[in-house]
Amino acid sequence: MTQPDTALKRTPLHAAHVRLGARMIPFGGWDMPVQYTGIVEEHRAVRGAVGCFDVSHMGEFEFRGPDALRTLQRLTTNDVSTLEIGQVQYSLLCYEHGGVVDDLTLYRLADDHYMMTVNASNIDKDWAWVSRHLDGRVDARNVSEETGLIAVQGPHAERLVGRLSDVDVPAIEYYHFRRSRVAGVTGIISRTGYTGEDGFELYLPAAETETVWERLLAEGKRDGAAPIGLGARDTLRLEMKYALYGNDIDETTNPLEAGLGWVVKPAKGDFVGRAATEALRASGLRRRLVGFEMVERAVARHGYPILDASAAVGVVTSGSYGPSVDKYIGIGYVPTALAAVGSPIAVEVRGRGQAARVVKTPFHPPRVKR
Amino acid sequence: MATYPAELRYTREHEWAKVEGKRARVGITHYAQDQLGDVVFVELPKVGAKVTQLQTFGVVESVKAVSDLFAPLSGVVAEVNQELTQQPERVNRDPYGGGWLIVIELSSPAEADKLMTAQQYEEFLKTAGGH
Repeated sequence: MTQPDTALKRTPLHAAHVRLGARMIPFGGWDMPVQYTGIVEEHRAVRGAVGCFDVSHMGEFEFRGPDALRTLQRLTTNDVSTLEIGQVQYSLLCYEHGGVVDDLTLYRLADDHYMMTVNASNIDKDWAWVSRHLDGRVDARNVSEETGLIAVQGPHAERLVGRLSDVDVPAIEYYHFRRSRVAGVTGIISRTGYTGEDGFELYLPAAETETVWERLLAEGKRDGAAPIGLGARDTLRLEMKYALYGNDIDETTNPLEAGLGWVVKPAKGDFVGRAATEALRASGLRRRLVGFEMVERAVARHGYPILDASAAVGVVTSGSYGPSVDKYIGIGYVPTALAAVGSPIAVEVRGRGQAARVVKTPFHPPRVKR
Repeated sequence: MATYPAELRYTREHEWAKVEGKRARVGITHYAQDQLGDVVFVELPKVGAKVTQLQTFGVVESVKAVSDLFAPLSGVVAEVNQELTQQPERVNRDPYGGGWLIVIELSSPAEADKLMTAQQYEEFLKTAGGH
């Protein structure tokens, strides 16, 4: 069952994970660490100190040229014209019908030069989609293979990254980045993350990513730094109600019902999916992605039905135990009439309806630097 | 404590049973708790419920996984570890002690002969059970 699968892709840190004794699992075609010591312990290390995540499996595309802006305005839902050099933007790729191709972050590296970071399991699909929509004087490159990515997240992230870098790290604002050397390696220090804690994502040349990883863990000992697997990455993002592509959003969901309307900017002009999302905005939403907590003791999981008076009316898209809130929590789609905070719902767990209620999200207060 | 105590009997589904006369205390093995990772929820039958050898009697859930529990022996549930409702992590910390699940009043104590000894279980883990 857990025979090494040679078809699985490996990040530049694979050997380092094995040396650390990580439990490896297949994730989106990659052999990735799900945990090193334990998911709950790792989750707490990030909330309480600092954690280092290998997210090198994620994809990066670069766009360069005089028509890069025009191309990205057409491809993505957010308004790229407002993005300044050194700034990062959360955005989406949508289909014409309004379904989501992927969610992403977009970096403006220079005047006519952008970088898009996409989900690991979507790299091929996204690259094909992006390639189909290239038009004019824009050169796009898939640099996923040559790019390593380490997330450093937690209240001690700033001092750890600060000690290892050449730039004024505390001065980097949320959703902004600087080019710098980190542990002697030149890369991008981005004040972004997927945990709700302050922290950074470090884009590095693949061949030098391991050097930085080792230095972060060694230098971070006094900050309480720990390597963090995908298991805790998932519980951390769940407590923030950050969407996970493939769980909470996909080609069958639209950005508005997923609560991502804030990155859909029809005023900027046309883009793929604009007509469909505008029609939805006009007609009203049938369902909404909400956060809920279990009232009865049960764990809601992806795919479990959400019930209203024993009729299935929705579906759980993510659910688990939330270590920082110490509750069984989840997110899922419910009819608009049940979306208000406090609405009583039930989740069908092994054939039985278990009481739950819609709650305010995020479940845990975010501590990102504003 | 030994990883697989010699006084216990084991199932291929990674439960253990400690037979004491007409009763048996039941839990999951070190291997099972380690494979599951942090246990966050345990669903157990009520006292008085019937259980049947190698049929499911409950569920244990970790952060990432849901796993059925299989009764090592048949009988009636005599005790349930209520502590696990508030502290399911006991299953990880002390799988053969404070992490026990239920006590069964046995209907056919001879069924214990179908279970594995510690030595057989360790052998099983090295082959099929260990994947």
